Amino acid sequence: MNLETKAKITWCPGCSNFLILKAFKEVIEELEKEGIKKEEIVFTTGIGCHGKIFDYLNLSSFYGLHGRSIPLAQGIKLANPKLKVISFVGDGDCYNEGIEHLLFAAKRNADIKVFVFDNRNFALTVSQFTATSPKGFKGTSTPFGSLEEPFNPLELVFFAGATFIARTFTHEISHLKEMMKSAILHSGFAFLEILQPCITFFDTTSFYKEKCYLLKNENLESTNEALKKIREWDYKNGEKIPLGIFYKIKKPTFEDEFYRNKNNC
Amino acid sequence: MKEDFVVLIGGEAGQGTRFGGQLISQVLNRLGYFIYVYEDYQSLIRGGHNFSEIRASKKKREARKKEINIILALDQQTVDLHKKRLTKDGLLIFNKDKAKSNQGIGVSVEKILKEEGGSGPMVNTALISVFLRIFNVDFSLWEEILRTKIKKDIDINLRISKRIFEIIEPRFQFSKIKEKEGLLMTGNEACALGMIRADLDFYFAYPMTPSTSILVFLANREKEEKVRTLQPESEIAVINMALGAAFAGKRSAVGTSGGGFALMTEALSLAAQSETPILIINSQRAGPSTGMPTYNLQGDLNFILGAGHGDMEKIVLQAGNAQDALLCGNWGLNLAWRYQTPVILLLDKDVSENTFYVDKDILKTLREKEPKVFSQKKGKIFCRYQITKDGISPLAFPGGELIVKANSYEHDECGIANDNEEIVKKMIEKRKRKFETIKRELNNSSLVQFFGPKESRVVLFPFGINKGVALELAEKMGFSVVFPYLLQPFPEGIVKSYLKKAKKIFTLELNSLAQYAQFLKRYGILAKPILKYTGRPFLIEELEKEIKKEI
Repeated sequence: MNLETKAKITWCPGCSNFLILKAFKEVIEELEKEGIKKEEIVFTTGIGCHGKIFDYLNLSSFYGLHGRSIPLAQGIKLANPKLKVISFVGDGDCYNEGIEHLLFAAKRNADIKVFVFDNRNFALTVSQFTATSPKGFKGTSTPFGSLEEPFNPLELVFFAGATFIARTFTHEISHLKEMMKSAILHSGFAFLEILQPCITFFDTTSFYKEKCYLLKNENLESTNEALKKIREWDYKNGEKIPLGIFYKIKKPTFEDEFYRNKNNC
Repeated sequence: MKEDFVVLIGGEAGQGTRFGGQLISQVLNRLGYFIYVYEDYQSLIRGGHNFSEIRASKKKREARKKEINIILALDQQTVDLHKKRLTKDGLLIFNKDKAKSNQGIGVSVEKILKEEGGSGPMVNTALISVFLRIFNVDFSLWEEILRTKIKKDIDINLRISKRIFEIIEPRFQFSKIKEKEGLLMTGNEACALGMIRADLDFYFAYPMTPSTSILVFLANREKEEKVRTLQPESEIAVINMALGAAFAGKRSAVGTSGGGFALMTEALSLAAQSETPILIINSQRAGPSTGMPTYNLQGDLNFILGAGHGDMEKIVLQAGNAQDALLCGNWGLNLAWRYQTPVILLLDKDVSENTFYVDKDILKTLREKEPKVFSQKKGKIFCRYQITKDGISPLAFPGGELIVKANSYEHDECGIANDNEEIVKKMIEKRKRKFETIKRELNNSSLVQFFGPKESRVVLFPFGINKGVALELAEKMGFSVVFPYLLQPFPEGIVKSYLKKAKKIFTLELNSLAQYAQFLKRYGILAKPILKYTGRPFLIEELEKEIKKEI
């Protein structure tokens, strides 16, 4: 099944987003073989480099506002719970502009999958610092370095109530695919942080290659274990960056509750 | 008894005066009166001063009067604040245990309550019983109303009423005015009902006075109706979720007041660009900023008309009473889907929260309309934004056979982002043609109301809630009244056809900047604004005085 569109790809040549696009297409093809129809997969995007993926995928989708991809996705899922709904977001998009939606979607265990293209800067506006940029980030708006410390998004979604938390790195292509697929197949709110180097403005490729290691994905229901792994790298300090599933529990989804509640009333 | 009178019931917040007002309204409605209830309350939960003014009349009236015929006072403040408005032959009924007055009928209700095992809010029941007994209303009617409105402690309420009926002697007589009863509902309830009849699937809202009761009403109807409600984290989430749901095929609406609408405006523009149907209800309250949450200043018109960044158009409707709100809630949702566009319904605090008489037959006139859905080859990207002659493109939803793409960026016919000059021009012109179609199809007289003599030289343009007071005054003075439901696109030709003989045109509005008069001026309609900006709507007497000064 053809997932391409006629749109010309306008990411920078060599951008790590190409890896995400490729991996995602392969995951969709695998899912199709396992019986999930491509017409039943819908995604939303915010605004930023990540959002351009809208144009490159022949799947039903809604290119939304900056920061608002997540509520858009929840509306679609509520309207038609049969659909698999994925919300593509960027770090500026989701951690800066629309952070409340991320936390509330996790809180209510909305059955949507959030894929964060975290390049740790606003790239499409020619590089400014975001919530995950390191302190001292020299972007066009902070020529002398940003003043704020980054936060750890995994910790935020953990405390907000996410039932699936994972991190991957674009250059670990098979891991990237595995994480995407696990997230899509998770029942409930899935959060996938994708470390995605911005080769033009903030090239972290070799940094990640050196620091990242793969978790064994064990003991996934333990909150203590999850927090320990989540805090191993807090986007500031840490010797190693763990990749993999940090936490995964079973809980009724918001949509289950929503429709059950309705049927019982 | 008179054919037009006002009952005021007042007390502290928490004493249930509003509910008391509803009970009185139900009884009087059963006796055949038209009903209009003005609600005055403060933004607090206990204490303060709340009152309801119930106007009962043989002719339909939807305006406040300065003079009050009967006061039911649950506390001293009600006596002190409102006694001066009582007519010479008026009647003050008060709770002797809580209030003093040298005139009127004081009843010690606490003792009766205690003996019957009653509590706080049942003072209401007792005082209303006094009122009904004095006017010789059948106990059986009162019992029937109580039984339909009260579930908890109904027996205690009935015992208290019975005791009152035994100790009070009838002095006057209500006569049954007409056989037909109407539906009594607030504008918000009516609006919700109108949307339900337009096949509403989802209502999303964040609580904000005076729109909250739409959410509450619908949440309580989920049992009987297919509608589902949701209260997300913010107004921004509200509208974006609603757009997602509409994209996936569910008829969705949202409701708020000015401040919440301000948060929604970015997504309003998204709805226009992505051509996603949505009905947005904005019930105006006093601003700027937080203003006075429970009072009315109709200050959002300029904002609503201009809302939405970029070169975009939308449909704007207004309602002046519950019947209008019912119709406009229904039309609004249908228009949004017929034309794949945002529609804004403008209400105000008094339209939203006051209670009105609605003719039952109006429900029969409400209709449903299906959107166009085309089919195309499987797997191909559907031409969601196909260039068409009338500007309206085929609509389909994800989850079926088709790939459907909706876009916030400028896009080509398939929905893929595009900034090619030729395509941009075609797409903008397509959306413009859509609004030409809307203008043409909605330029009909059903969306503009005209009342009074065609040859009248004085024409009133009431904005929102002022419709009621305008109609009453116009009837008395021989003026005519023009009320366009549709504000955008403005049915200029039809409105102007009613103004051929007009020498003096007035707008009636509850704001200080004459926003409605300014709006009409855009179309060459020069109106003198009659303004009030205290948060309370016009009293018929004060409006009469104002207009007489001008003519």
